[in-house]
Amino acid sequence: MTTLTATQAPVRWWQSRVMRRFVGHRLALLGLVMISALALICIIGPYLLPYDSLYIDLRARFAPPMTGQHYLGTDPLGRDIAARLFMAGRISLLVGFTAMVLATLVGTLVGVIAGYRGGWISAVLMRTVDGFLSYPSIFLLLALSAALKPSPMMITVIIAITGWMEVARIVEAEVRSLKEREFVLAGRMLGLSRMHIMFREILPNVTGPIIVAATLTVARAILLEAYVSFLGFGIQPPLPSWGNMLNGAQQYLATAPWLAIIPGIAITIAVSSFNFIGDGLRDALDVRNDTL
Amino acid sequence: MNAGSHAVTDGMVALSVRGLTVSLPTGMERTHAVKDISFELQRGQILCVIGESGSGKSVTANTVMGLLPDMITVTGGSITLDGREIVGMGPEALRSLRGRVVSMIFQDPLSALNPLMTVGAQIDETMQAHGIGTATSRRERAIELLTEVGLPEPELMYLQYPFRLSGGQRQRVMIAMALAMEPSILIADEPTTALDVTTQAQILKLIRDIQRRKNMSVMFITHDFGVVAEVADSVVVMEKGHVVEHGTAHEVLKTPKHPYTKRLIAAVPHLTGTNRVPLQTEANGPVLKVENLVKTYRSGSKMFGTLRVVPAVREVSFELASGRTLGVVGESGSGKSSLGRLLTKLMVSDSGRILFEDRDIATLSEAEFRPMRQRIQMIFQDPFASLNPRATIGRILTVGPVAHGMDPARARDEARAMLDLVGLDAGAIGRFPHEFSGGQRQRIGIARALMFKPRLLVADEAVSALDVSIQAQILQLLDRIQRETGVSMVFITHDLRVASQICDDIAVMQYGRIVELGPPSQIFLDPQSAYTRELVAAIPGERPRDMTPEIMTAEL
Repeated sequence: MTTLTATQAPVRWWQSRVMRRFVGHRLALLGLVMISALALICIIGPYLLPYDSLYIDLRARFAPPMTGQHYLGTDPLGRDIAARLFMAGRISLLVGFTAMVLATLVGTLVGVIAGYRGGWISAVLMRTVDGFLSYPSIFLLLALSAALKPSPMMITVIIAITGWMEVARIVEAEVRSLKEREFVLAGRMLGLSRMHIMFREILPNVTGPIIVAATLTVARAILLEAYVSFLGFGIQPPLPSWGNMLNGAQQYLATAPWLAIIPGIAITIAVSSFNFIGDGLRDALDVRNDTL
Repeated sequence: MNAGSHAVTDGMVALSVRGLTVSLPTGMERTHAVKDISFELQRGQILCVIGESGSGKSVTANTVMGLLPDMITVTGGSITLDGREIVGMGPEALRSLRGRVVSMIFQDPLSALNPLMTVGAQIDETMQAHGIGTATSRRERAIELLTEVGLPEPELMYLQYPFRLSGGQRQRVMIAMALAMEPSILIADEPTTALDVTTQAQILKLIRDIQRRKNMSVMFITHDFGVVAEVADSVVVMEKGHVVEHGTAHEVLKTPKHPYTKRLIAAVPHLTGTNRVPLQTEANGPVLKVENLVKTYRSGSKMFGTLRVVPAVREVSFELASGRTLGVVGESGSGKSSLGRLLTKLMVSDSGRILFEDRDIATLSEAEFRPMRQRIQMIFQDPFASLNPRATIGRILTVGPVAHGMDPARARDEARAMLDLVGLDAGAIGRFPHEFSGGQRQRIGIARALMFKPRLLVADEAVSALDVSIQAQILQLLDRIQRETGVSMVFITHDLRVASQICDDIAVMQYGRIVELGPPSQIFLDPQSAYTRELVAAIPGERPRDMTPEIMTAEL
């Protein structure tokens, strides 16, 4: 009897095809660099600045960027915009990221169960998804935050509630096709429990699409948070967020345009970075279906 | 080796390939898809190019057609088609040759036909692309072609969509399309591999007939020596991008010279007609006894009037003794795979009894049956789909026993021992499935099934996806395992030659019923039912005794 050994040398993860394709995707790499820089500066920036985000410098109200120590200028109350921008960034990114985690968890759970179990369980779950999708999420968001006390936690939960359906649909479709594969049958043949097959055999094979969907969900969550905060229903002052900084800026658009431009740029960088990364990952992981 | 004959018979050569080298992009397993190959196709002959997967036979065919993907380039040698050199020819000039001088039929007729176009429109399109005839004359010609390839009711067939046709009919349509421009050379790339054995026999006969009638030259790519014996005038044997042997069909088949050819021919499963020496076991009574097993597929809904009822398994009964192997053979749709899934309870039966060790498992719920699963295990067909791509070999092997309460460390030790038993290095345990070849993966699949020391092993087309030499090794492995462990096997296959190698008894299935059950000597030498006779007669390259291929008339 011949003894056979594996033919190929093991491939380290950074040499893998996925990594090579992602790195080859210029925009995705740019996105990754930009969002890392933005996150880093939001985390350590406030410690490096001379002003606290709540400190009111009455002599320097409406200061344009690069006035003295106010590198990005001040707002109508004389608070340092750089300090506020970074603090707001912490809030906005945290809300976006946490909302993504919640949405992905719920969506994955619903998708895996609906996809694997099929039948009436799938019908109920997926019709619920359809129900959520048919409700205009902006109104839901505004109604809920008007009715409930809009703390950052609550905003996060509300954004997650309007964002999990996409993930659920993608995962459900993937799982439905994977469960016909022979390795799933093999799992049943070995007598593995249903939970084991769903979450330990099938789920690892769906990580690619989930990661892509999650990245795009972050972008969407950041945008939604900015949207409701801008309308005044989201994060409430004095806690800054990129959205409510824009809200405060709207009456001074003509006289102090930097008040709107600076947080606007931050939002643009964050959202487009995540979208670039999502596109890059989609190409790298070769996920066929885009959003829905 | 053919330089001398070439000079003399120049006008007789339809296709000549000399010193052809095709390079692969860097980073692949080897640098060349084919390297310095030379052969000739004589006018009015069938040349079979045979080799295992990765031998470069399909690349050769695609090069002749000028259909290579961009990354793969011809880096040397020449190809002469009807006296014209095509290496280095521009894409436009090549396009005008395709269809007119050389034409091709493919392995999978379903994916090669456009699902949204009628059969007639697709044949019409081929002629239109070369600017031939008027709409009416093309229609007449298309119907003529459909008649020629033996399709029933050609006028009706002209208006059909591909999905309405059977596999054999689709392949006939492909052949009609390839013949539309009256090419002098036809390239057939594994045209019968996806077909059932009786259909395969008909298509082979059709290709042979048309070739003789039109005095065409055919280059026939195949991996099956049975097919070679059936149709070839001359043979080219390829291994890893090299031509290792070249000669007339008689020479190569009867007196192979190269060791690789000898090995390949030796590995081809032959109908043995002789019964297997039964294993000596002390066990008493059958391990498995199946009585009147029934499974019917239902789809749609009665309420909306869309209910479709397809009987998959009808009233099947058999017994299987300890340490024996029962072969279940049949064509696609015969219900043999459904039977396998019923036996392993991956699918629930409608009625009937499955007595495993004298206990009826057909009525057990999944929870009641789970502890017994360990004693009934299955080997799957597709070694690429049956192993979880995200799990290491160690996890694949131990996940079952651990789930049934075995200590993980002990399970790992057993997994190592099991890898050794199936002929794999124990170091494989930390690797992932994609690092292994098809044959190695199938060994892993077998090791997984054996981890529980089962009493019954159901092998569903366990060797169908493998090359013949690997196939032979896996069959030997299964045989050895059976001798060492005394496990009983249900061996499901579409290939009677394979079944004859390993089975003590063979059940022939058709339309969900067992039409005949008996030892190989009966099935192959003295078949009782008409269907079995038909199946045996259709096996390519085998003519046991005075059997005549009586079925090779019309399909349907």
